[in-house]
Amino acid sequence: MALSLYKEGIAGGRLSSEQYAENFSDLHPPLDHHEALVEADRCYFCYDAPCMNACPTAIDIPMFIREIATGNPLGSAKTIFDQNILGGMCARVCPTETLCEEACVRETAEGKPVQIGRLQRYATDVAMEEGKQFYSRAASTGRKIAVVGAGPAGLAAAHRLARYGHDVTVLEARPKSGGLNEYGIAAYKSTDAFAQSEVDYVTAIGGITIENGKALGRDYQLADLVKAYDAVFLGMGLGGVNALRADGEDADGVANAVDFISELRQASDLAGLPVGRRVVVIGGGMTAIDAAVQSKLLGAEEVTICYRRGQEHMNASEFEQDLASANGVTIRHWMQPKRVIAEGGKVSGIELEYTVLDGERLKGTGETLTLAADQVFKAIGQSFVPAALNGSGAAIELEGGRIKVDGEGRTSMAKVWAGGDCVIDGREDLTVSAVAAGRDAAESIHRVLMG
Amino acid sequence: MADIRNNFVGIKSPNPFWLASAPPTDKAYNVERAYKAGWGGVVWKTLGEEGPPVVNVNGPRYGAIWGADRRLLGLNNIELITDRQLQLNLQEMKQVKKNWPDRALVASIMVPCVEESWKAILPAVEETECDGIELNFGCPHGMSERGMGSAVGQVPEYIEMVARWCKQYTRMPVIVKLTPNITDIRYPARAAKKGGADAVSLINTISSITSVNLDSFSPEPSIDGKGSHGGYCGPAVKPIALNMVAEIARDPQTAGLPISGIGGVTTWRDAAEFLALGAGNVQVCTAAMTYGFKVVQEMISGLSNWMDEKGHRSLDDIIGRATPNVTDWQYLNLNYIAKAHIDQDACIKCGRCHIACEDTSHQAITSMVDGARHFEVMEDECVGCNLCVNVCPVEGCITMVPLEVGALDQRTGKTVSPDYANWTTHPNNPMARQAAE
Repeated sequence: MALSLYKEGIAGGRLSSEQYAENFSDLHPPLDHHEALVEADRCYFCYDAPCMNACPTAIDIPMFIREIATGNPLGSAKTIFDQNILGGMCARVCPTETLCEEACVRETAEGKPVQIGRLQRYATDVAMEEGKQFYSRAASTGRKIAVVGAGPAGLAAAHRLARYGHDVTVLEARPKSGGLNEYGIAAYKSTDAFAQSEVDYVTAIGGITIENGKALGRDYQLADLVKAYDAVFLGMGLGGVNALRADGEDADGVANAVDFISELRQASDLAGLPVGRRVVVIGGGMTAIDAAVQSKLLGAEEVTICYRRGQEHMNASEFEQDLASANGVTIRHWMQPKRVIAEGGKVSGIELEYTVLDGERLKGTGETLTLAADQVFKAIGQSFVPAALNGSGAAIELEGGRIKVDGEGRTSMAKVWAGGDCVIDGREDLTVSAVAAGRDAAESIHRVLMG
Repeated sequence: MADIRNNFVGIKSPNPFWLASAPPTDKAYNVERAYKAGWGGVVWKTLGEEGPPVVNVNGPRYGAIWGADRRLLGLNNIELITDRQLQLNLQEMKQVKKNWPDRALVASIMVPCVEESWKAILPAVEETECDGIELNFGCPHGMSERGMGSAVGQVPEYIEMVARWCKQYTRMPVIVKLTPNITDIRYPARAAKKGGADAVSLINTISSITSVNLDSFSPEPSIDGKGSHGGYCGPAVKPIALNMVAEIARDPQTAGLPISGIGGVTTWRDAAEFLALGAGNVQVCTAAMTYGFKVVQEMISGLSNWMDEKGHRSLDDIIGRATPNVTDWQYLNLNYIAKAHIDQDACIKCGRCHIACEDTSHQAITSMVDGARHFEVMEDECVGCNLCVNVCPVEGCITMVPLEVGALDQRTGKTVSPDYANWTTHPNNPMARQAAE
């Protein structure tokens, strides 16, 4: 093993290139034909299926599985895409263990749900590899719609609108499209540039123009869009990262977990991506897990997740927590960051304070613990940055720091809809929820425009 | 410890599990492996006349249908009788019988429907010292086109005639194997008895096409783009076989005629069911062809354990025990009322009972109660049809619970009568018989 494994500080090239390749291969390899048939046979074809009700996009899961079982994978893919045009990515990144698979009656019956996510990937892979397009555009309506953000919500909205014959322009701030699918998901969940393939698959319907490098508030204003388009859909993500509120958090070696994940996804050479020998991740959600596991896979010797509450409060699913543990990540609960310790401006450790619940309130006990660390990742949540929204003209109403929408995704501003992470709408911040929001808002826009 | 030794028309075997005349029993190598695995008896693959043997197709011989996880449910076969030389088979049979004196060895025979043919082959078979003969009047493919197999089995007069020749020309017990490809199985069974046969065995395979290749539009199995009906067997045919066994067992004209039960026997449980309906033993083929000869060990231990548990000491304690309970529909008690009951603790909430009842039956199962997913039988709608029990994936979750005498049937508003009353006396029956004066 390379000696660089034990290199102090933040360094790259800790592993051999074979090891990098192995560590970042598909987390759930695709089911082959036989495996898919065996798994599909386990589905009971439930009435008013609980899995379907648990799916934010309400995919007819028993039907698509039956279609796999009967040797009709294209029919299966269409059943999926009818409800969720990003069914391919959702098959890879959905926390199925807390959605469809948790609701599966086989989970009740024998603690082993049908592997719905992997079956969904099987069917969508068949269709996408064949380049099979199931939808064609309706006759042009002559209506023009702007979509802000080429993430899951924006892409889902754009596709549905394009199907109805509207002309859609998607404005995306980053150089690549896909949003969190491209920048925000652990590399081993979306291999082989799948996010980009999916964008290409979605836009292949026609009528969708994506303009990259166009940021709201910087390159154009919302008022311009409202003027120039018949409708606007806002599908932005969360641009802000919550601070640790610990002393010394501006030291060298303290970074945002989301930036680390994004860099990793975009890295062409993983050996060139530096990681600490001892890494501490602060947070308890999926981002914390993704950052911690990937640090470990990049060759960090010790990786510790510190979460201020108990295991039962973590946003990361049990599956994700187990994944972290299986990869050698230590998860510690009931401690919050107090002070980042630096030597020569560089992180050398972090002082944490034990916490306890005082009724509903969390409070520090005063007792502290210091962990050696040469890299600290912040993963304590992201926030919506509304500054770009209201650069000119009337303001959009916010609620809890995010855009307020009604049941159809309409904002307080005429002609403007919104969905995905940027809104507060009772949906979880998941790819699949964003797809549902974008799709439903598109339906609403279509009704209003053609009504 | 239950005694499962079998005595079928004087043929003794250590257990009632015989391998049926079929591909698994076509030569000494297989038969000896079967005996080693524990099979109580073997019916050697059907012998034909002296002379050039029949030939088989050189493409696929089997077609199939499958259940979940590609479990083989039904197999169809277009293989003919043995394609080996008669003398070779006879030599091997003799040697095998010598090596395995405690096991049953029966010769299956199919020769043209003329007296000389039977007269010629029987002494040669007897010479092997095998325990008995089985007349193959069942094979529905190939040989039937040449006036043998099921072509004979479909004509009761031929059955009687050949059975009589066999009884005349051999001292060996004669078992007549019947074809199910007939309207009423009792007629060929009666003919066999009339001809003096010692027993019947059934069912042989059912004429069938298992599937059609949707690329080539050829039936399967496809031989150079064409297919021919084959003989269907395996778990899928068991219900047909059970009924035919029961029909013969309860027919007054054939009462007491020994029956060797065949058709989809896959587990000890299947075997016990055949025995209960009146079979003296069972013959197995598809289960062995699917899983190998070892399956007999499960059959032996399963049957013994069940008999021990129930206190049955020998096979005679169970053979025919269910026969008196097979009756005609018109004699079923119309005053017997049962309602489905769902065990809520066992229910996994798949909802299949609900949708089956709602779409295709009597709208008697809820799907939602007080806003929650909940499946419960509405007794005022339930006719007791049992469909929900059959579609439920959890064994024992839904059961049929009989209403006690005097209880109110919420569907009809009537109380359950203690009296037995059937269709023959029902007021709605235009043919109702008057009660005796």
